[in-house]
Amino acid sequence: MEIALVLGFPLLGGLLLALFGHKRWAPELNALMSLTTLVAAAALTRRVITGGPMTALDEQFFVDPFNVFLVALTAFVGFTTALFSRPYMRIEEHHGRLNAARLRLYHSMYQLFSFTMQLCLLSNNIGILWVSLEGATLATVLLVSLYRTPASLEAAWKYFILCSVGIAQALFGIILLYFAAEKVIGPGGTSLLWTHLYAVRDQLEPTVLSLAFVFLLVGFGTKVGLVPLHNWLPDAHAEGPTPVSAVLSGLLLNVALYAVVRSKVLVDGALGRNFSGGLMMGFGLLSVVVAAFFLSRQKDIKRMFAYSSIEHMGIVTFAFGMGGPVAAFAGLLHMTVHSLTKSAIFFTVGHATQKTGTQNMADIRGLIEQSPAIGWGLALGSLAILGMPPFGVFTSEFLVLTTAMHEHPWATPFLLVALGVAFAAILGKVQPMVFGETNLRRLPHAPALVPVFVHLAIVLMLGVYIPPYLVEWYRQAAAFIG
Amino acid sequence: MDQSLSSQFVNLLAALLLLLAFAMLAQRRVLTLIKLFAWQGAALTASTLIMAYATGQGHLYYSATLTLLLKVILIPWILHRLIDQLQIRWDIETLINIPVTMLVGIGLAIFAFALATPISEMAGSLTRATLGIAMASVLLSFLMMIVRRKAVPQVIGFLAMENSLFFAATSATYGMPLVVELGVALDVLVGTFIFGIFFFHIRDEFESLDIRHMEKLKED
Repeated sequence: MEIALVLGFPLLGGLLLALFGHKRWAPELNALMSLTTLVAAAALTRRVITGGPMTALDEQFFVDPFNVFLVALTAFVGFTTALFSRPYMRIEEHHGRLNAARLRLYHSMYQLFSFTMQLCLLSNNIGILWVSLEGATLATVLLVSLYRTPASLEAAWKYFILCSVGIAQALFGIILLYFAAEKVIGPGGTSLLWTHLYAVRDQLEPTVLSLAFVFLLVGFGTKVGLVPLHNWLPDAHAEGPTPVSAVLSGLLLNVALYAVVRSKVLVDGALGRNFSGGLMMGFGLLSVVVAAFFLSRQKDIKRMFAYSSIEHMGIVTFAFGMGGPVAAFAGLLHMTVHSLTKSAIFFTVGHATQKTGTQNMADIRGLIEQSPAIGWGLALGSLAILGMPPFGVFTSEFLVLTTAMHEHPWATPFLLVALGVAFAAILGKVQPMVFGETNLRRLPHAPALVPVFVHLAIVLMLGVYIPPYLVEWYRQAAAFIG
Repeated sequence: MDQSLSSQFVNLLAALLLLLAFAMLAQRRVLTLIKLFAWQGAALTASTLIMAYATGQGHLYYSATLTLLLKVILIPWILHRLIDQLQIRWDIETLINIPVTMLVGIGLAIFAFALATPISEMAGSLTRATLGIAMASVLLSFLMMIVRRKAVPQVIGFLAMENSLFFAATSATYGMPLVVELGVALDVLVGTFIFGIFFFHIRDEFESLDIRHMEKLKED
């Protein structure tokens, strides 16, 4: 029932906003639909926490602590981003960058994007997971090119082609997986259900599964933004509207990583050795290092934070690749805090660029003087994402690092150097933007800053004190990933 | 029709599919490219039908019908209309170095066969060599997307890759569950529409469908 609501509200919202998305009250409707999704997701979470994993509709849907945690996170950030996009998109319209028809497209696709992500998370069928992940690309590709500038069209084209090709590789992986599963379970719908696959995972043919995992990792990894498959990510983040950058970075990357982790658990069961973990650690470490060194070369503020997302996704991939309860716990925590912090940063960056009229960091100066809230939001958000204590990112990065020192000491220097380089790069660029001299104009609508500070407060709380029920929840999910 | 005969037929069609993939790689004319794509869809439909008949898997008939409607009729029709409206019907693309591309393609095909051999030996279905062929055509379509500089041929390359994946699914595993195939078909259809919308946006902005104009976003 709750599953139907979690999926039904955004779908309904998408349809309603396709009709009324150009009205004056459309941003409020968008936020309202996101709020109802969040309420439904909270109810679902409550039910899974108390009642344990469940399946629904002929086992087509499946909820366990691992995916319900992402469902709740997706619904929450989806809602706060909708709140942020309310004034943001009005200001964009006021500045003449958008018209009513584009706003209708934006609102409708925003809801459909939430729908595809929730479907991807809740589906028990790996084929449907693929379909909805591709659906998420299709829903966002027209959002990336919403401004119809040459640069945004180029970014959207790149995003579309690279992600479609990437995900086609994942489909081949799924076909191979089905090929192996069908030998054990027999033909028919059940051979692609996660629950059934997990039950027989030690009987699946190892050679086929290792090949399948390579294709799945490359395919879904393209969407996670793992180096060297990350080329689409900075462009898509920089050229799309900022609420889209926030949900791409904060949510879509998580959802794609979820697909990778699910596949890893399956393949580990069949192979019995850490083949998949090694691959993930390699890709993760490469992403962290390459992204960190690209950070200092960026001029565009959104591009810089897009590279920071690649870096953090690399950390999470590395953590899941190491495996073990502590690393998996750290990975889950890092997914949460990264998604909250990064979306908060994009909210402030969005308003900052609207104020200054540019995304070029050299031209953004003195935010704190003109609008203290935006300035402080950006400063605190940047400190949080850089892993300063007492924010939650510090906790998760610390756990990843200590586990790495323990189990894979060779990787620690790479991680430490990359984190140091990222720290210097981001802090060096954010500092003059926040302080310094300026004369900026006022925004025509009051900026939405509540979501920023709510996110940062949660991240701060997670750094200082993680409530016991949340720890229990993460533990259950981590035990599953193992 | 006994097993060995149908198996030979499927192998023949698989060979045809590979041949078409090579032909698309070397084809300069956009219009002919769409025709080749439709023929690829037709070969896919025929092989799915034979598989359905030989194995008695009922849902493969639906799958074949879906392929026929979508990939032989609807998508080529959409593409025809698009190139008419964009007035690129008689466009000829200058491809550099077709021989080298073909040689790389042959290399890819050999690589795909080598990769598929251990898996093909486990295939219980009546078609063993076909998984290698399917993988080879996936890689060839991939290559086509890399070497093409214009938007429409790139998209046809993507659709051809999708065809090859469907062929892999039917030949290796008697086809994916119907709900998945329907979902994939829906994605492909929506994707084609979005590509269509994109062509117009790109042409309006850049006054050309040559994606060489779209190389502004680079790292300095």
